Amino acid sequence: MGWKKLGWVLFFLLPSAIPLFVFTLVPMVSSLWVSLHKWNLISPMEWAGLDNYTNLLTDPMTRRVFLHTLIYVAGYLPLVYAGGLGLALALNQRLKGRAFLRATYFLPVVTSWVVVALVWKWLLNPANGLVNQLLGAIGLSGPGWWTDPQWALPAVILSSAWKDLGFVMVILLAGLQSIPSDVYEAATVDGASAWQRFWRITLPLLSPSTFFVVVISLINGFQVFDQVYVMTGGGPAGSSQVVVGQIYDLTFRYGRAGEASALSWILFALILVITVIQIRGQRKWVHYA
Amino acid sequence: MRLLKFGVAGLAGILALTACGQGSATKEAAAPDGKSVVRYMNFSANDGHEKDLTAIVNAFQTANPNITVQVETVPYANYFTKLQTAVAGGTAADAFELNYENFVTYASNGSLAELKSVDSSVYKKSLYDAFTSDGKQYGVPESFSNVVLFYNKALFKQAGVAEPTASWTWKDEQAAAAKLTNKGSKVWGDYQPVSYNEFYKVLAQNGGSFLNAERTEATFNSPEGVEAAKFLVEKVGKTMPTEADGAGTPDFDSKLFKSGKLAMWHTGIWMFSPMADAPFDWDVVVEPGNTRKASAMFVNGLVVNAASKNAEAAQKWISFLASSDDTTKTRLATSWELPPVADEAKLAPYLDQPKPANREAVFTALDEPVLPPVIERQQEMQDLVTAELTSAAAGRKTVEKALADAQTKVNGLLKK
Repeated sequence: MGWKKLGWVLFFLLPSAIPLFVFTLVPMVSSLWVSLHKWNLISPMEWAGLDNYTNLLTDPMTRRVFLHTLIYVAGYLPLVYAGGLGLALALNQRLKGRAFLRATYFLPVVTSWVVVALVWKWLLNPANGLVNQLLGAIGLSGPGWWTDPQWALPAVILSSAWKDLGFVMVILLAGLQSIPSDVYEAATVDGASAWQRFWRITLPLLSPSTFFVVVISLINGFQVFDQVYVMTGGGPAGSSQVVVGQIYDLTFRYGRAGEASALSWILFALILVITVIQIRGQRKWVHYA
Repeated sequence: MRLLKFGVAGLAGILALTACGQGSATKEAAAPDGKSVVRYMNFSANDGHEKDLTAIVNAFQTANPNITVQVETVPYANYFTKLQTAVAGGTAADAFELNYENFVTYASNGSLAELKSVDSSVYKKSLYDAFTSDGKQYGVPESFSNVVLFYNKALFKQAGVAEPTASWTWKDEQAAAAKLTNKGSKVWGDYQPVSYNEFYKVLAQNGGSFLNAERTEATFNSPEGVEAAKFLVEKVGKTMPTEADGAGTPDFDSKLFKSGKLAMWHTGIWMFSPMADAPFDWDVVVEPGNTRKASAMFVNGLVVNAASKNAEAAQKWISFLASSDDTTKTRLATSWELPPVADEAKLAPYLDQPKPANREAVFTALDEPVLPPVIERQQEMQDLVTAELTSAAAGRKTVEKALADAQTKVNGLLKK
C-alpha cells in the first residue's frame, strides 16, 4: 500500500478514530494514572503508589461487590442463554405471525434501561406489584424482591434476563438459519431422532453463535450497572451492590476517584483473564462448519 | 504524503474545534456591553419555590441593572453529585448553594473564593460563623430551617386521642401512635425515617453524643444511643410503614400525610407550603424529647466559586439573596426556609401566616437546636449509619450489633 493510499485510509478513519481516542483511549490511560493517586476530583492529586490497590484488596467491601457480580453473572447467563435458545428454536419454525413475534421479543433490547428497570421495580413491588399479586392469587406469598437482601439480586437478574432475551434470540436465530438443511436431511435418512439431531447437529453447529453470545454476555454481565442503580441502588444494605456500582459510588458520592479507578482496572483485569480463557478454550467446543 | 498531511491537519482542526466547544461552557455566557452574567446553582428552590426564587432574582436585577443572574435548580437528591462533577470539570456556576454539612468539605478542598468586606452585622452571628473556616469567611448563611412534629387533627379527633403538646415525651408519642394506627383502614400513627438525620437527633434527645468533643472518635454506641436507635427502629411495622410498604421512596411520606392516612409526621418546616392545601386540618408542635428536647436545625449557605471570573458580581448576588429585605419578605410570605437575619423583628410576619396555627413552635424549637455532626467523609458516614439502622429495622441485625458495627466503621472513616 502506497503512502498516498494510507493517507486516504487514515483520513476516512478519522470520524471513528477521534472519538475512540478522545473518549476511550485517553480516559483509559488517565484512569491508570488516577488509580495511583488519592484524588477527590477537586483538590490536587496526591501520589499514593499502589496503596489504592492494596486497600481495595484488603477491604471486605471489594470481596462483597465481586461476589455479588459473580452471582449476577451465574444467574443471568444460563437464564438468558436457555431462554434465548428456546425462543430462537421456537421462532425458527414456520409459525403464523413469526415476524411479529420476533420483533416483539426484540423490543426490550432497544428500550432504555432506566425505563425497563422502573417498570420492573413496579412489577416487583412487594406490597402491590403485579407479580406478587399474581403469586397471591395462586396462594403463594411473594418475596420482598428489591426490599429483601436475599431477593434483591434475583430481582435484578430476572429483569436483566428478560431484557436481553431478544438479543440472544436474534444471534442464535441467525446461527440456526446458517445451518445447511442437507445435514438434517442426511441425518433423518440415517434414522436420527429429533432429540439426536438437536444434540448432534444443532448444538455443535450453533457453537460459533453460542461462543459469541457467551463472550458478549459475560462482559456485559460483569459491567452490570444501570438496572442495579435504578432498581435497588445497591441496597438494601449493600446486598445488591455490584462492582461498577461501587466504582460509581466511590467516585461521585464519596470523592474517592483514585480507588474507583483502581477498582476499574481490577475489573478490567478480571474480564481480560476470563475472555482470554474463553478464547483459548473455544478450540475444544466451538465447531466452525 | 500530501494527503497524509491533509489528514493530520484535519485532525488538528477538529481537535481545535472540540477544544473551543468545550471552552465555551466554562466562559460566561455572552452579555451585552458592560453587563455581567452570574450563574447560580441551587437545590432549595426545587419542588415548589422556583417562582419565589425568580421573584428575588428580578428584584436583584432591578437594583443591579448591569448584572444578569442565570439560575439552575437541581433536585436535592442529585445536587451534590452534580456539583462535585461540575467543580471538578471546571463548569461550576459562579455562585452556588451548600448545606452546612457539605460546606466543611468544600471549604477545605480549595474550591471556594474567600469573601472580602462582608457586612456581618446583618446576619445572626451563630449562623454567620458556621461558614468560617480557618479564620476566613467562605460563605454567608442563606437560610435555616428545622424539624417539627406535624399532626393530622382530624385523625386525632377520630381516634379520640389528645393532641400533642410541647411537653410530650417519647412515651406519649408511642402511646398515641399505637392508638392512631389502624392497619385495616391503612392509617399509620407515625412517620420518622430510619436514617442518619433522625438518629443523631433522637440521640441528642436522649442525652447522648455522636462524636467526642474533638471530633476524633464516634461515641454513639452508648446506652443512650441504643435506647434512641430502638425508639426509632421499633416504630417500623408497628406504628410506621415499612420499606415494603414503600417507605423511603421519594415523596412517600408527603403523599401519605396529604392523603390523610398519617397521623404524626416528623419533617421540616419546608413542608408548610406544600401542605397548605391539604383537605383536612393539621398543625405542628415541637418534637417530643426523652431526657431533654432537641430539634434538628439545618443551615444552608451561599458561596462563590474560586474559579469564577465574575466573583465580585457573584458576591453581590449572594449578599442580596442572603440578606436583602426583598428576600426576607419573599421567604416569610411563602413559608420557605427562614432568612438568617440578625434583626428578629423582621421575622414577625412569619407568624401571621394562617396555616399551621402553632407557628410559634418553629421558634421554640430553635431554643434547643442540634446541628448535624460533620466529618470530612460526611457522605460515607451518613450512608453507612443509615444502612446499619435500616438493617436493624428490617430485623437482619440486633440494634446493639448495628450500632456497634456503625461505630467501628465511622471510626475507620475518621482515621483515614
